[in-house]
Amino acid sequence: MVSLLDIIGPVMVGPSSSHTAGACRLGLLARGLVGGTPERARLELHGSFARTGEGHGTDKALVGGLMGFRPDDDRLRTALEIAEREGLDYRFEKTTLGEEADVHPNTVRLTVERGDRRSVMTGSSLGAGRVLVTEIDGYPVEVTGNYHTIVLVAEDVKGSIAAIATILSAFALNIATLKVTRRQRGGDAFMVWETDESPDERARDALRALPWVRWAFRLDKVGA
Amino acid sequence: MYRSLTDAVRDAEAQGTTLAEVALAAECADSGRPVGDIRASLARALAVMRGAVARGLEGDLRSASGLVGGDAAKLVTGPPGPLAGTPFRDVLARALAVQEVNAAMGVIVAAPTAGGAGVLPAVLTGLADARGIGEEALVSALATAGLIGAVVADRASLSGAEGGCQAETGAAAGMAAGAAVEMLGGTPRQAFHAVALAQQGTLGLVCDPLGGLVELPCVFRNATGAAIALAAVEMALAGVEFAIPADEVIDTMGEIGRAMDVRYRETAGGGLAATPTGRRLARERLVQIKRAD
Repeated sequence: MVSLLDIIGPVMVGPSSSHTAGACRLGLLARGLVGGTPERARLELHGSFARTGEGHGTDKALVGGLMGFRPDDDRLRTALEIAEREGLDYRFEKTTLGEEADVHPNTVRLTVERGDRRSVMTGSSLGAGRVLVTEIDGYPVEVTGNYHTIVLVAEDVKGSIAAIATILSAFALNIATLKVTRRQRGGDAFMVWETDESPDERARDALRALPWVRWAFRLDKVGA
Repeated sequence: MYRSLTDAVRDAEAQGTTLAEVALAAECADSGRPVGDIRASLARALAVMRGAVARGLEGDLRSASGLVGGDAAKLVTGPPGPLAGTPFRDVLARALAVQEVNAAMGVIVAAPTAGGAGVLPAVLTGLADARGIGEEALVSALATAGLIGAVVADRASLSGAEGGCQAETGAAAGMAAGAAVEMLGGTPRQAFHAVALAQQGTLGLVCDPLGGLVELPCVFRNATGAAIALAAVEMALAGVEFAIPADEVIDTMGEIGRAMDVRYRETAGGGLAATPTGRRLARERLVQIKRAD
C-alpha cells in the first residue's frame, strides 16, 4: 500500500535517498546495537556504496547516523568533522562482501564498539530510503527499521518467548513481528521483536534482568 | 490509495469534488490518520520545499564534485531571454535551485525522489506565487501530486535504477502537471489529461548521471521536467485532451523501464555518463572529492 506521505517525502538531506538517507538509517540502527554513539567504528563499503559513496555523502550519512543524526538533520553535511571533534574514531574500507548476485549493491558492514560492547551489522539500502539489515553478530536477520525493534540474544530455554511477550505486554507494547533464529538446537537464540510503540529503557532493562538473556538492545524506528 | 487515476477521477466527479479531496479521504481510510493530520504533514513538506527554493536561489552552493551549482541564480540575475518576466523563467530557476540544494547535501523533500525533487516545488510554488494562490491550496495540490505519484509507484516505478529518468523527473512532471491544473481551477478530468500530456513527453528518458552522482544531468533534467509539466498544464487548461488515458501512459512508462538496458538505469554505464567528456569529468571530479577528504 502506497501512502501519499511516502510520495511527498521524506524530508531529507540530499543528494540520494538510497546513498544518503538510507545510509544514515543504517548508521542509526548500528548505533542502537551498542546503545549510543560508538567510540570506534569500522565501515566496510561494498558495491555502489564503495564506488560512488563519497560523491553521495554516504560516508557522512553513515557516520552521522552513528552519532544519532536523522536523515533530515543538516549536520549530516559536516558529520565527519563533528565525529572527529567528538572522538568517534571511524575508519572506512572498500571491500567485496560477496558475489555480485548475492549482495545488494548498496551494502555496508559496520563494526561498532562502545564500552565493552562490540557488534557487527551488515545492512543494505534498497532505494527510496528503505533499508534492510541482513546480519547482526553473525546471525541472519531481517530488520527494516520500519518498526521499533528490540534485538536480544537468549539462552535457548523453554518458555522464553512467552516470558518476553508477557514483559512487552506489561509495558503496553504491541508486537508487530517476531523472528527467532538459532545456530543449533540448544544454542543461543537470536530474537528480533518489532513493536508498534517505542519501548522505553525500563522495558529493555526488564528484559536484561531475565537471567537467560545475554544482552538486549532497542533500535529506534528509522523508517518514514 | 488509488491504483488507477481513472477510478480517482470517477469518484471525484461522482462526489462533485477534487482529486485532492478523494486522495486525502483514501489516505485517511488507509492509515487511520485524520485528514487534518495528513494536511499538517503536507504543510511541513511544503515549508521545506519553500526553504529549498529560497536557499538554492542564493546561488552560492556547489555540489560535492563542483560540477553543479550557481545556475539557478543566473535565471534571476542573468540577461533576459524571450520568457523573462514570465512564470516560466521563474519555474526553471526554482527547479534548478532545489536540485542544486540537493546536490550540495542541503535539506529537500524527496517528492517523489531526491533526484526528481526540483520539479514539484518549482511548478507548484512558482505558479501559486505568480497567481497569489495561498498555502492551503498548495497543500491540496501536494495531495493531488501524492495521489498521482502513488498510482505511478503502483503501476510502474519511481526509481531511476528500475525505470530510468522517466520514472523520476518524468513521474515528477506528471505529478506537478496534474496537481497544478487542479490548483489553478481545472477539473479532475483536465488534471487527468495533464498527467498524460506530461508523461507522454518523458517516455523513454534514460537515467545517465555522470559518475553515478545525482548532479549532472539531474539538475537540468529537473528544469526541463518542469518545462514539460508547464506545457502540459497550458494544454490541459485550454481543453486539450490526450487520447491514451493517463493510466495507460503510466503503464507504458513501466513497460519501457523494464525493457531499458541496465546502462541507462543509474549505473553511469551509458548515455551522457559514457560520453568522452562525461567519463573525463567523472574521473577528474571523483579524484578531486577523494583529495578533499
